[in-house]
Amino acid sequence: MSVRAAGLEGRRRLERRERAARVFVAVCQAATLLGLVFLGILLVDVTRDGAPYLRPELLTHFPSRFPSQAGYASALVGTLYVAGIMSLVAFPLGVLAAVYLEEYARPSPLTRALEVNIANLASVPSVLYGLLGLGVFVELFRMGKSVLAGALTLALLVLPLVILASREAIRAVPFSVREAAYALGATRWQVVRHHVLPYAAPGIFTGIILSLSRAVGETAPLIMLGALQYVPFLPRGIWDYFTVLPIQIFNYVSLPNPEFHRVAAAGILLLLVVLLFLNGTAIWLRNRATIRW
Amino acid sequence: MQRILDTRPQILHRAVAATEPVLQIRDLRVWYGNSAALRGVTLDIPERRITAVIGPSGCGKSTLIRSLNRMNDLIPGARVEGQVLFRGQDIYAPGVDPVEVRVRIGMVFQKPNPFPKSVYENVAFGLRLHRKLSRRELDERVERALRLAALWDEVKDDLHRKSGLELSGGQQQRLCIARALAVEPEVLLMDEPCSALDPISTARIEDLMEDLKQTYTIVIVTHNMQQAARVSDFTAFLLDGELVEFGPTEEVFTRPRDARTEDYITGRFG
Repeated sequence: MSVRAAGLEGRRRLERRERAARVFVAVCQAATLLGLVFLGILLVDVTRDGAPYLRPELLTHFPSRFPSQAGYASALVGTLYVAGIMSLVAFPLGVLAAVYLEEYARPSPLTRALEVNIANLASVPSVLYGLLGLGVFVELFRMGKSVLAGALTLALLVLPLVILASREAIRAVPFSVREAAYALGATRWQVVRHHVLPYAAPGIFTGIILSLSRAVGETAPLIMLGALQYVPFLPRGIWDYFTVLPIQIFNYVSLPNPEFHRVAAAGILLLLVVLLFLNGTAIWLRNRATIRW
Repeated sequence: MQRILDTRPQILHRAVAATEPVLQIRDLRVWYGNSAALRGVTLDIPERRITAVIGPSGCGKSTLIRSLNRMNDLIPGARVEGQVLFRGQDIYAPGVDPVEVRVRIGMVFQKPNPFPKSVYENVAFGLRLHRKLSRRELDERVERALRLAALWDEVKDDLHRKSGLELSGGQQQRLCIARALAVEPEVLLMDEPCSALDPISTARIEDLMEDLKQTYTIVIVTHNMQQAARVSDFTAFLLDGELVEFGPTEEVFTRPRDARTEDYITGRFG
């Protein structure tokens, strides 16, 4: 009798526990869905607005007074140009800095200060990088509102991100593998060159691509820098004026003619495709090439 | 007393004569930060013999063996005093390049640590570091090392296709031994090489050590006293960073001079 009663009591308690578990899962699902729902609404809205303007001319036409003539040619090329030069500057520098900090720097108050500052820089609002670029590259170094000034400003912006991601990837290479190489008589450089960098490469590339997509989507620092909003020509060199996709979109959105808002929506879709491609590549790399120790 | 005697690990081979010391450790002291790991160890490692270092966890066994090819240099905050003479030359003397030391004194680690590369590349890596070899020479030396480590027959069919990480634990450890042997060191340091392996893999590696001592001087750290008794010619017993006893394995295990050695090998502590 008492045994059965205890059994029932136990079952009731078990049911309560399982109910709590179900509630928790439901809350988690709701949290996930909420974000997706808003993203979905945004996508549907933008697609409906922009669809009529998604045509080849979008890529080949320059900005125009007439919505039907307006396109993103100079913005697209400007984005490629700026992102390309930024990559040449930021990625080697970032990876080298990460290698130095992880493999060479001895722990000292100075390196600790460096590490803390890099982490802080990664969270500085991007507008401030724009001000820095304006002060240093445009004014002090007299680069003007050029492709080079824009690329260098974005390079400063993503440098901390690249360093952090690369350090993370380098740190994921087990110490035991470094030991194995050292024990065979490898020098520090040989260990880095033949083991640490190759094994960390998938992680480093993932970080690089995510930084690139961050840079491609940035607007604020380039506005601060004075990137032009109306550029009816393709940049011919690093000293030319330039504009980029997000700025061109911003420009079209701020025009009073509502037709331009549709051009902007089409531009947003264009930008989204570029970003999706970059992020997809990063995810693919992470899944395919990462070494499972 | 009889029961104590019965728990002694069996000695499977007879005492061997000491040979010329390859490594002479002189008053070696090691600190990690402020804590002393070795407090003045003096010990001679005889040539072409297997010397076992035994002792309870934290007694400094690993520290000792890692000091013999300057692997402790890699650990921030590690500090070494005293001398380690390798064929008469102090490896801690100023101007000695640790890289050169490690070429001549190889090491196998506790946990197998193959590179995430093919079996062939694992063995060839050390060879390529030091000399430019022709493809044929490289192939020959990789094969010789894999044969020495008794792994050749198991991997010869996909040397280039199989990653070192895809091998079983015991195979991985033999790969690490092959990799270390490929650069033809004079001394092989083994830091608990079997602690992550099953008994069959362990037996294979112990057989291998028996073969290797024809050519190599081996120092093995182990916390398995049966293993020390089975494979080694000489045994050093460490306790709290000090050398308690050193001698031919048979003597250390059957007639220890120090009561603490007796207590340890009969399983009274540690």
